[in-house]
Amino acid sequence: MIGICCHGGYVPRYRLKRSLIYKAMGWMNAATVANARGEKAVANFDEDSITLAVAAGRDALENCDRSVIEGLYLASTTLPYKERLNAGIVAAALSLNDQVRAADFTGGLKAGTTALLAGLDGVASGKMEQALVCASDCRLGKPASTMEMIPGDASAAFVLGSEKVIAEFKGSFSTTYDFVDHYRGDGAQFDRQWEDRWIRDMGFEQLIPEAVRGLADKCGMKTADFSKVVYPCIYPPVRKKLNKILGFGPDVEQSNLQEEMGESGAAHALVMLSAALEQSRPGDRILVVSFGGGCDALCFEVTGQISRASYGGGISAGLAGRVDLDNYTKYLVWRNILPADGGLRAEEDEWTRWSMLWRKRKEVLGLWGSKCLKCGTVQYPQQRICVNPDCGASDEMDEYLFSDKTGRVSSFTADMLAPSVNPPAIYGQIEFDGGGKYLMDFTDCDLSEVKGGLQMVMSFRRKYMDEKRGVCGYFWKAVPKREVSNG
Amino acid sequence: MADGIRDKVAILGMGCTRFGERWESSAEDLTVEAFRECLEDAGVEKKEIGMAWLGTCYCGIHMGSSAIPLGLTLKLPYIPISRVENFCGTASEALKGACYAVAAGVCDIALAMGVEKLKDAGYGGLPIAGAFGYMDFLRGANYSAPGLFAQLATAYEAKYGIEMAKIKDAMAHISAKSHINGSMNPRAHLRAVVTQEQIKSAPMIAYPLGLFDCCGVSDGAAAAIVTTPEIAKSLKPGRPIVKIKSIQTAVSSGEEAWYNNWDGAGFVTTAKASTKAYEEAGIRDPRKEIGMMEVHDCFSITEFVTMEDLHISPAGGAYEDVMSGFFDLKGQIPCQPDGGLKCFGHPVGASGLRMLYSIYEQLLERVPEERKVNNDRMGLTHNLGGMPHANVCVMAIVGRD
Repeated sequence: MIGICCHGGYVPRYRLKRSLIYKAMGWMNAATVANARGEKAVANFDEDSITLAVAAGRDALENCDRSVIEGLYLASTTLPYKERLNAGIVAAALSLNDQVRAADFTGGLKAGTTALLAGLDGVASGKMEQALVCASDCRLGKPASTMEMIPGDASAAFVLGSEKVIAEFKGSFSTTYDFVDHYRGDGAQFDRQWEDRWIRDMGFEQLIPEAVRGLADKCGMKTADFSKVVYPCIYPPVRKKLNKILGFGPDVEQSNLQEEMGESGAAHALVMLSAALEQSRPGDRILVVSFGGGCDALCFEVTGQISRASYGGGISAGLAGRVDLDNYTKYLVWRNILPADGGLRAEEDEWTRWSMLWRKRKEVLGLWGSKCLKCGTVQYPQQRICVNPDCGASDEMDEYLFSDKTGRVSSFTADMLAPSVNPPAIYGQIEFDGGGKYLMDFTDCDLSEVKGGLQMVMSFRRKYMDEKRGVCGYFWKAVPKREVSNG
Repeated sequence: MADGIRDKVAILGMGCTRFGERWESSAEDLTVEAFRECLEDAGVEKKEIGMAWLGTCYCGIHMGSSAIPLGLTLKLPYIPISRVENFCGTASEALKGACYAVAAGVCDIALAMGVEKLKDAGYGGLPIAGAFGYMDFLRGANYSAPGLFAQLATAYEAKYGIEMAKIKDAMAHISAKSHINGSMNPRAHLRAVVTQEQIKSAPMIAYPLGLFDCCGVSDGAAAAIVTTPEIAKSLKPGRPIVKIKSIQTAVSSGEEAWYNNWDGAGFVTTAKASTKAYEEAGIRDPRKEIGMMEVHDCFSITEFVTMEDLHISPAGGAYEDVMSGFFDLKGQIPCQPDGGLKCFGHPVGASGLRMLYSIYEQLLERVPEERKVNNDRMGLTHNLGGMPHANVCVMAIVGRD
């Protein structure tokens, strides 16, 4: 048996109410009122598809052995690098093996399920003991367009393998069509789409039934056999029609989370699948269909192992942890849609010295420090000579991972002078539980909640944006540890 | 066994420019200005200077690196010159080099020059200069100097359980005191008297530091010519001589930044350097023996915790001392009688020598009555460069014969 062993998901903290967007831009395009309900999940200024993928990956890997992950597939249509393996950054942040086979899946919105299929193929062939698939997206719509309303930023991740499978993979059916409902050319910042009516009538209503029936035939099932049905489609009338055509009962349809967070592009079928698994019982048959450049339809059957799965975070916790982003222009500045003046300080030019990053890749991307073999003191950054003044051992260090450790605030500030698109810049000294100390940026928090002793966890974030060369760099920040409300 | 430099070096002359926004002056102009006053005070000729030290920190936006700009500017005749840089301890490092050369007997008369031209940066605050190395770009926090030092307050609050409002009161007292002192000083950058209410209601720069908790970023230069006490006495017979009692430095070992034995509520380096400085100077009870101080008040909270780190106030006792007026101009140990970095200003590479200049002027009773301190004891200068968790402390103690 092969299938899903663990899963995880991540929804950024901030929500932008669509009514707020409409209030700001509705004068330009009154028709957007039709979509001005609910809210969209918005990545923080220091988040992107890579950091979101890392967050979901960490969530999925929480109780897993990372050393047996032999494949990493990353799916997104908004990857920050065109050349530089984006999955390589994720692998480094997740501290996966150097021998991992990693690839980026991109181009169409079905990339998420295609990556999932590639991972399943890998473990089915026996070439990979386990594979990790991460999918994330942060798609942008132009201000005043419908596409500004629709998408939300989110990610999901799945650990695939043959042991302790919580959802067995039963089969799949794929189609590929150059059906251009949405597109973005090289260098385009914003998503474009063709007419909704055509997408609905010739897209969803034709291609989804074809994929679902194809899968059912292949698996010797009837479409009514599915106890949960996952397919991203933002048009409520189409969903209703499809459910009727395919004979899906009223209780089987998994919410597309349009009201709560919006559609997360290539990640969305996987985000919905992860949310569905959180609610699943043994024996549930889950249908997953993606849409975009054709369809992938997959069938999973939930096993008795599902009760083993405990969720530290997941999609439901991400949804529950929402905080209002009550400022539309802040969203525009965060996404670099509105160029705002950060002052001369913000214009200081510095570029990434790749040879240096390569030398320090574990320290920077993985948050690896050192542990003294002589006295046991753990320390970050990596040291040659032990920082313990009573030890001072030289070159007697083991590597020690800090990214999975909690820490406490020992001092902090909120800085209005440091250049930031989210002032004040909050940062301070973190004393790690188990030892080690470092001055770090804090994120996803407000000054009012920060105090000495506050417990913090590590989060992989964008450290800087080099506008001149069009690249960004990554490091870790501290985030207040929050109680998970979904248990 | 080394016995230090106590009484082995005398200050022959000093000079200090007006600090401030010297839009009309280049770093070279400021250098010439401080040097002329210094040379005149020393009463020697330029050719008698055997060695020189130049202190600059942000030299990339003014003179450039190396000692060459000093030789070129002052037309020093092919003498050995070194350029030193140690963040805010830069000028005191230049002084240390000159004093050590004299004490070692490698030259009779040495020049220490500190100069900085910061107001060509184009923005307020210190220039961003990659000062802490490139790895900071890859994995450092997005910090500024106020934010780094502001954390002293939140750590002090956590350590002593003192309310932030009380810390703010003490910080306001400190800044108000320095504004009063600076207002009387014609060479100070900021000369307005500011009330504690104004200070506490000023815009926040980095919590909990407001605008008036931060020192001025200035242009300026200061210089000292040092020699042996014997030469000083022969050149200035019958006149009082100011001698170096000690110069001590301590640099962080990584413990504050990365080990778990520092609470963040003060400076380990200052505590260590001051202990050594008192020992070198033969001081047993600094609270009784030190007569005045010019300390590194880059931020009011820095001055606040430094009172404890210098072993003047007991641990946790800075609040009482500050609020009682102990450090006011007419208090027991006046602190920042010239206005401090806060108001005299802070051209980074010149500040240590500016502090020494102020103490020197006080010890020689050259200041007007209104800002004169009781000067029969020793004076202390204290520089703190870097950030609270990784820094350099350079201190000097001087006394009049």
